[in-house]
Amino acid sequence: MLIETLSEKIFDTPEMAATRDGFGKGSVEAGKADERVMVLTADLAESTRAEWFQKEFPNRFIEMGVAEQNMAVVASGLANYGKIPYTTSYAAFNPGRNWEHIRTTIALTKLPVIVCGMHAGLQTGADGATHQMLEDIALMRALPNVTVLSPCDAEEAKKATAAAARVGGPVYIRFGREKTPVMTTSTTPFEIGTGIELWRGVAPQVALVSTGVLAYQTLLAAKQLETQGISVVVANIHTIKPIDETLLEKLARECGAVVTVEEHQMTGGLGSAVAETLSRKYPVPQEYIAVQNRFGQSGKASELFAEYGLTSERIVEATARAISRKTI
Amino acid sequence: MLSSARVRELNATAEQIRETIVQMLVAAGSGHTAGPLGMADVFTALYFEVLTHDPKKPEWPERDWLILSNGHIVPVRYAAMAHAGYFPVAECLTLRQFGSRLQGHPERELLPGLETTSGPLGEGLGQAAGIAYGLRMDGKPNRVYCIMGDGEQNEGSVWESVMWAGKEKLNNLVVIVDRNNIQIDGMTEQVMPLEPFADKYRAFNWNVLEVDGHNIPQFVAACEESKQSLRPTLIIAHTIPGKGVKEIEGDYRWHGKPPSKDEAKRFLEELRTLGGKISSEHQ
Ligand SMILES: Cc1ncc(C[n+]2csc(CCOP(=O)(O)OP(=O)(O)O)c2C)c(N)n1
Ligand SMILES: [Mg+2]
Repeated sequence: MLIETLSEKIFDTPEMAATRDGFGKGSVEAGKADERVMVLTADLAESTRAEWFQKEFPNRFIEMGVAEQNMAVVASGLANYGKIPYTTSYAAFNPGRNWEHIRTTIALTKLPVIVCGMHAGLQTGADGATHQMLEDIALMRALPNVTVLSPCDAEEAKKATAAAARVGGPVYIRFGREKTPVMTTSTTPFEIGTGIELWRGVAPQVALVSTGVLAYQTLLAAKQLETQGISVVVANIHTIKPIDETLLEKLARECGAVVTVEEHQMTGGLGSAVAETLSRKYPVPQEYIAVQNRFGQSGKASELFAEYGLTSERIVEATARAISRKTI
Repeated sequence: MLSSARVRELNATAEQIRETIVQMLVAAGSGHTAGPLGMADVFTALYFEVLTHDPKKPEWPERDWLILSNGHIVPVRYAAMAHAGYFPVAECLTLRQFGSRLQGHPERELLPGLETTSGPLGEGLGQAAGIAYGLRMDGKPNRVYCIMGDGEQNEGSVWESVMWAGKEKLNNLVVIVDRNNIQIDGMTEQVMPLEPFADKYRAFNWNVLEVDGHNIPQFVAACEESKQSLRPTLIIAHTIPGKGVKEIEGDYRWHGKPPSKDEAKRFLEELRTLGGKISSEHQ
């Protein structure tokens, strides 16, 4: 069953919005709450939604030109001085292009810069492999001091964006391009570092742990599994670092098997983070829904999700595999 | 010097390439319009006059290399390659679709003749310079042409490559910058001023030539002139983004969107009458 603050309507007539729109709204909220907040963009004001902040606070917005490396180090300087800058570009370039700049001048130096990577994942679609960033979580998760957020819908993206300014240190937030179902509502809890259950069946046999917009496919899988008499929990891990070890251990003990779901390479993503946690805390069989060591390609988001196995059908199959591997 | 009959022929080819670009963009439903239309004349000149190449043997060792650094304008390259005989023109209509060799941004392993993979800006010139350096090491006469955008010049990595090619005096290397004065967020001089642009490259020890990017004989002559240089050459090609379709010419908002079906119909009509005008003027 869906948790209280989610409505059944998401299965029939979900409201659709892109998580990058959540950034647009959340950054304006952050700007209103704290006048140190700034937004920088690298010649992508419209598609990153940085222009929503620009309209509201033109004096706290900076157009950097197509120069992501400079954007990162300038943001470091602004933060060092006392501002709270959000840097925006596509995830392939921010943090893809400017990763070492972030590593040294933001992460190592513990400065409050919020790196915002838009157009992450396969959903970027027709632009093809160069623009479909599938390694950003691995890159940013590997850095000490960085909080890594991967919201599941536009509402959660808004909350994550606004909350990031209050972290007081480096944050990475991943956003997507496509309109995807909005599942959570203004009353759904959001706290950095605390995963949330979106669905809970009676005496669950498997924990489906997802990050990002595939939470929706995961919920569809849960619904389908329910009709097959298989009970699961769906947990949304919006904070990949620091990961909610307490929740993961609790679910592993309760369910005895895990399926992780993400729009990212299997290497270094959510699945890796979950495995690193459970192998120490409470090892259980784990199946991975993720991109398997391939680059993306041009196509519609739906075609690519099917090609790369990121669908509710594949999650259902992975759940069956996870159950068959259970020893207890 | 090109004969006027040859110029007429090349202009007509450029118009066909523009039509193909519009057709492929409307079929794809996404992609970039302004840059590809603006660079149709330069690509026509390259593939039909300047480059030593063989469409049937894309890997021919004697070929000149054409590196597209600003990968987003690749529809113009696909269209020019198809018209030159690398693959059937009909395949252009698969642009950006699932399973197509014509990816949204060019991928060298998928389509022979692309030479490199690009899209992320600022990475083409270094690769071109590496190829030019290798050719020179081996005493080969092949030339390397690299196309870049003017907005692309914002990337710091461009200048690392400019500096290195200048240091190494890679005179087998020609950069062509699409000086169309637009990038995504607006006019280049507002987003990130480039001028004095020619002086910047000169200061890095480059030979700099400027041409009207819609004047094919002028552009061909500049490519010819570059062969005399002892240093790498920059050809600044002054172009009009969206060239050929009056209602979008010069408008930066057409950087990254395709025409709708209705717009495409209008654009194609205009391009066809323009094509007619060009041939009749010279008859
Ligand atoms: C490293 C990188 N950053 C950002 C982008 C997104 N982008 C694609 S084209 C473009 C503008 C480039 O301007 P210009 O080279 O003048 O191209 P034009 O608009 O004239 O076609 C930007 C910012 C990119 N492709 N690569
Ligand atoms: Mg330009």
